Amino acid sequence: MSAQLSPIDEVKTTPWSGGKSPFNVEYGKMMMWFFLLSDAFTFSSLLIAYGSLRFSSSSWPAPDLVFQSVPGLYDSGKPLVFVGLMTFILILSSVTMVLAVEAGHRMAKKEVFWWMIATIIGGFTFLGCQALEWTHLHHEGFWWGSIPNMEELKHLFKGGAEATYGTYAQQFANLFFTITGFHGFHVFSGVIINIIITINVLAGTYQKRGSYLMIEKVGLYWHFVDLVWVFVFTFFYLV
Amino acid sequence: MSSESAEVHHDEHGHGEGMTRKKIINVFLILLGITVVEFIIALWLVPSNYIPLHYANPIYIVLTLFKAFYIVAYFMHLKFERIGLALCIIVPILFIIGLILVLTNESHYWIDLRA
Repeated sequence: MSAQLSPIDEVKTTPWSGGKSPFNVEYGKMMMWFFLLSDAFTFSSLLIAYGSLRFSSSSWPAPDLVFQSVPGLYDSGKPLVFVGLMTFILILSSVTMVLAVEAGHRMAKKEVFWWMIATIIGGFTFLGCQALEWTHLHHEGFWWGSIPNMEELKHLFKGGAEATYGTYAQQFANLFFTITGFHGFHVFSGVIINIIITINVLAGTYQKRGSYLMIEKVGLYWHFVDLVWVFVFTFFYLV
Repeated sequence: MSSESAEVHHDEHGHGEGMTRKKIINVFLILLGITVVEFIIALWLVPSNYIPLHYANPIYIVLTLFKAFYIVAYFMHLKFERIGLALCIIVPILFIIGLILVLTNESHYWIDLRA
């Protein structure tokens, strides 16, 4: 670098000329937000497609009849109990994630580590529950491209013409496995990312760096996964 | 890079608008409370015909949007970010609302096709 700078090479200092972040957030955090926005578009496209197919159908499998088992305890008669537990676990793991971020602000390495471990356990528990849920539906005969026989289908619908049951049960099965599968894949990758970050916490990477901002970034992703579940839960299990 | 992120981090602290433990627990209780209300509607109020299903569905959606607000605003901290960033994330949601309007309109048409 020469001692003399031309005007164009002068360091810019005002916010909108690139001197510093106009949003006052670090680059990686801003990009995480933009990624999450694009992911929100993907999930809402899937959910809106589900909504419009369901809205235009004359019958649909009733959620409190399809989802009424608690694996290992009750085979039927307990609608929404198991999914309620799953929702609770995911919200709880979101809370432990914010607590990890809060501990990061105080540079408390040990606390960050344990809250991250709690978050990871929550994530794995949720995935385990989802595996049980899928297995149960699969045993009933639901899968991509396959549905239970007519006799069993009659118990899953409340009204509507019986001739339409096959079509709509198949649409339900395809949409259910695609959307919860896509969400479960997000949870799984979230858990993997959390594990990597936790290893870094243990190695003291962020302590040396002087900030636990990375926890906030993976935290954003984790909360987003929770946010998507809130919508999946409402539109598949309640409505 | 690392020094810059540390600086940004400190700046944020300067706003003094972080999430304290008490606030975190409060938001958690609100989320839990809304979910419990949804279960009461689904398991008790609808089956015993206190609320017809076509009233329950909009209630679920409103409650879900409340939950979404609390997660995004507090857990994801968006309420405490600069307004510019918040708008960058929130305004594009209009596209999603657009798709909802288009596809509900379309599915009305499909009903007629199937009838």
